[in-house]
Amino acid sequence: MPGSLTAVDAFASSLAEWVIRRRWLVLAAVLASVVAMGSGGRFLDFANNYRVFFSSENPELVAFESFQKTYTKNDNILIVLQPADGKVFSPHIAEAVERVTDEAWQIPFSIRVDSLSNFQHTWAVEDDLIVEDLIQNGGSLSQTELDRIMAVALAEPLLKDNLIAADAETTGINVVLQYPEESLTEVPTAVAKARAIADGIRADYPELKVALTGVSMLNNSFAEGGVQDLMLLVPLMYVVLLVMMIVMLRSFSATLATLLVIMFSTISAMGAGGFMGIELTPISLTAPTIILTLAIADSVHILISMREAVRQGMEKRAAIVEAMRINFLAVTITSVTTIVGFLSLNLSDSPPFWHLGNITAVGIAFAWLYSIVFLPAMMSLLPYQAKPAADGDDGRSAGIMAQIADFVIARYRMLLVSTGIVAVGLTAMIPTISLNDEWTKYFDHRVEFRRDADFALENLGGLYPIEFSMTAADAGGVSDPEFLSHLESFTAWLRQQPEVTHVYSLSDIMKRLNRNMHGDDDSYYRTPGDRELAAQYLLLYELSLPYGLDLNDRINIDKSATRVTATLGDVSTVATRAFLDRADTWLRGNVPDYMWISPTGPTVMFSFIAKRNIESMLRGNATAILLIALIMIFALRDVRLGLLSLVPNAMPIAMTFGVWAILVGLVGMAAATVTATSLGIIVDNTVHLLTKYQRGLREKGLDTPDAIRYAFRTVGTAVAANAVILALGFAVLALSTFKINAEMGLLTAMAVVIALIVDFFFLPALLMLGHSLKKGKTHAVTQSAPAR
Amino acid sequence: MLLRNLPRRASRILALALAAVTLSAVSSLTVADDGRGFEVAARSDRSDRGFQDSEVELQMILRNAAGQETTRTLRISTLEVPDESVGDKSLVVFDSPRDIDGTALLSHAKILDPDDQWLYLPALKRVKRISSANKSGPFVGSEFAFEDFTSLELNKYEYKYIGEEVVDGVTMDVVERTPLYENSGYTRQVSWIDQDIFQIRKVEFYDRKGDLLKVLHLEDYREYLDGVWRTHTMKMVNAQTGKSTDLIYGEYKFQQGLDDNDFVKGVLKNLR
Repeated sequence: MPGSLTAVDAFASSLAEWVIRRRWLVLAAVLASVVAMGSGGRFLDFANNYRVFFSSENPELVAFESFQKTYTKNDNILIVLQPADGKVFSPHIAEAVERVTDEAWQIPFSIRVDSLSNFQHTWAVEDDLIVEDLIQNGGSLSQTELDRIMAVALAEPLLKDNLIAADAETTGINVVLQYPEESLTEVPTAVAKARAIADGIRADYPELKVALTGVSMLNNSFAEGGVQDLMLLVPLMYVVLLVMMIVMLRSFSATLATLLVIMFSTISAMGAGGFMGIELTPISLTAPTIILTLAIADSVHILISMREAVRQGMEKRAAIVEAMRINFLAVTITSVTTIVGFLSLNLSDSPPFWHLGNITAVGIAFAWLYSIVFLPAMMSLLPYQAKPAADGDDGRSAGIMAQIADFVIARYRMLLVSTGIVAVGLTAMIPTISLNDEWTKYFDHRVEFRRDADFALENLGGLYPIEFSMTAADAGGVSDPEFLSHLESFTAWLRQQPEVTHVYSLSDIMKRLNRNMHGDDDSYYRTPGDRELAAQYLLLYELSLPYGLDLNDRINIDKSATRVTATLGDVSTVATRAFLDRADTWLRGNVPDYMWISPTGPTVMFSFIAKRNIESMLRGNATAILLIALIMIFALRDVRLGLLSLVPNAMPIAMTFGVWAILVGLVGMAAATVTATSLGIIVDNTVHLLTKYQRGLREKGLDTPDAIRYAFRTVGTAVAANAVILALGFAVLALSTFKINAEMGLLTAMAVVIALIVDFFFLPALLMLGHSLKKGKTHAVTQSAPAR
Repeated sequence: MLLRNLPRRASRILALALAAVTLSAVSSLTVADDGRGFEVAARSDRSDRGFQDSEVELQMILRNAAGQETTRTLRISTLEVPDESVGDKSLVVFDSPRDIDGTALLSHAKILDPDDQWLYLPALKRVKRISSANKSGPFVGSEFAFEDFTSLELNKYEYKYIGEEVVDGVTMDVVERTPLYENSGYTRQVSWIDQDIFQIRKVEFYDRKGDLLKVLHLEDYREYLDGVWRTHTMKMVNAQTGKSTDLIYGEYKFQQGLDDNDFVKGVLKNLR
């Protein structure tokens, strides 16, 4: 009702007057608050474990943790070597492989190193089982001996396409690490050592290309990529915003005051993140960029109103109070809706999004607070001048706004229909989007990890392991002939799958041992047909293995289960999920029920991360939409208008995904969270337009078309300017090296632009439609309040 | 165990521990071993001289990081070889799990060369020589390497005396030993030997990069012949993977009249 609107206005005016009167006190209090909040920044640290992407309840993570407790953790570093002449099996390179293998044991937290040279080659001499390193003193071997070793390596299913490429041009040394997970310095320490080894090899073997990949390198990249991002995006963001502010505010003082507001908000929010004990990820590291973008809006609205007031001849102090009066409610509501949108990220399944949501929400709260207390105090101190109202750019933009208003009022039916058709058409495209989260591709080519991972994928083999813990019927059952033959046929099936580049399976070891025990007779290259025999072969083999190359990471302690690792090549998570489905179907159709197991591992986890996040965010989105609708109803004091506002708010998001479906088609876990956050952001423009529209109806007693014209004239420019700032701000995120951020930035920027179009051409048309319907009714039912 | 004696001995233990750490860090540069480390180790090793031979049954309890357990049972016969430049002989026979019942491992320990080992596979009815230079891997999936629980060969290591330490009211000598043989899985071991009965109470094993790999506690020492002590509980915990293995020994039988002829390839087939 007008009554309460004036009450809020009156409160805003007296707040502004109080703030200006006590400006030194206010400035001191704000500075103290920034310092106090900012001090939390010292607790901030970078997460370096991909597991932070999964909540502790995530079913895939729970399954994988239990798997790792049964076998061993499989964080790894894969050192990839490729000689320029493509000959791995030359004395010089064999020597390098041995050296890297040896040095890799020195990598902190390493518990196992597998390479061509320390592969435990077995063969038979009469009644003896010989077990020894495949390459020993490679530097002194003849080419004939190395050719023989090459033949062995390429015939060995455990090595080929895993540690040696099928063309024998590239080889890998795999280091398994077990971190105590007590300190965030563990991963960087291990990576630093691996890099030092790589550098040493590059120096002594200039003809070797050395690449480092694996889970630990990925984990390390989260911190390194995040920092790289921050160094690029935040300065860029400041430049973009500075230019925007100078263009829009035309005042050094206003620009300085706004700059301080957004800096203070960012510092306070990041400090709050520190107090919350947040471990930073590339995702939560976008918070500063997002806060910068969002924090500017409140100040810009207030300052544009202030300039208008000054131009109309108001004295500075009175202009500040007037600007506060007419913006306080809108600024408050938009802040609350944005906060609600970001807080709803807490319902995501992925903790980094919780962190992003919470840090940003705090940042927006502080931006609001500093805009309504610090900004007026600061502006009252700084010199301020504005050209008196004349025809300039503003006259032009006001003219454009008036033209848009007239156009929409005149053609509202056509606009409703055409926008409606486009919206429905785009929404219909959404189901064609497929979800993809290939973790090596989270980083773009500016990040070293991505380049090395691509190199490994292209030259050596797959990078995406899928773990099958194949359970036998009973303790010791891994030696059971039935189990082994099923294991062998599953292994063979896996090898036929186009996605699979390598399979590591106990059945290959058992076949090799069986052949060795029969004098290397190839006709015995099959799984043993006698359970006790198989168990005793295994015992003999285990007694022959050196430290760190045992089977404990392959067979569980009571020998009732063994782990089969299928490595996938460069395939999307869509293809991965299809492969998992096929594997499940095959197991159910071909092996006894005790072997029907669910695969696990990081690849499985990432394959479902988008789905999990979308599922969990459905609740988040529903909550956010409901809360935002309630806030709109409360703010506008009008149930009908509040509910109506949901249409122009939800439509742009659906349309954005429609456009994305047509242009890109693939999206990762970012998709889940964009809806809630962009809803909170784009709703702001609707708030500004509708509150001014209502002011027109109630304060000025205008009819609907004139109230629309009033809203466009008073706030149209600011809404457009705000949308440009938001779109540019989120477009800056698109430059992130981290794909989730880039997608989130692009999607949000698109949503903001589409929302602007909808707010300008659809929302007023909708109001006109309501007006004409009501007019029809008014004629029939005599009289109704002009505006409730 | 260290913690139980806090706070009275805390400062002293801490000081010792610090001294030990400092010493072990700088000793290779500054301290030439005065032979005391070897003396302590030798006194321990030689305390049970003359036991001649022994037989014992034991349970091996394996535990993974998830806390799941599985048990194996085996028998070990040992023949003492008085000449310290030659290792003892031992025979391990597995009784369970069923699949490896009757499998027998004969081992002739060497000092600096790989041990000679033969395994009898009852399912194949054949004896296979284990021709691997490097047998430092886990013994039947446990956290023990074969060398960790069979008789200690004095001359396999180089010793360095680190200091004294009081643990649970018992004064111990702390000795670091460094494997002399190639292909050991360890860079060094630190052992705690008590000053009452001269037995090893605790060993820390360090891996190739010098990090703590495993910790072994030896408990429940019982005296058999005059001065011949045997532990009846060995608990090995892998500090890196969280897996552990306990060895629970039954009653030892000594001087059963075993001789070299009981420790040759030929006997393996007739043990079940």
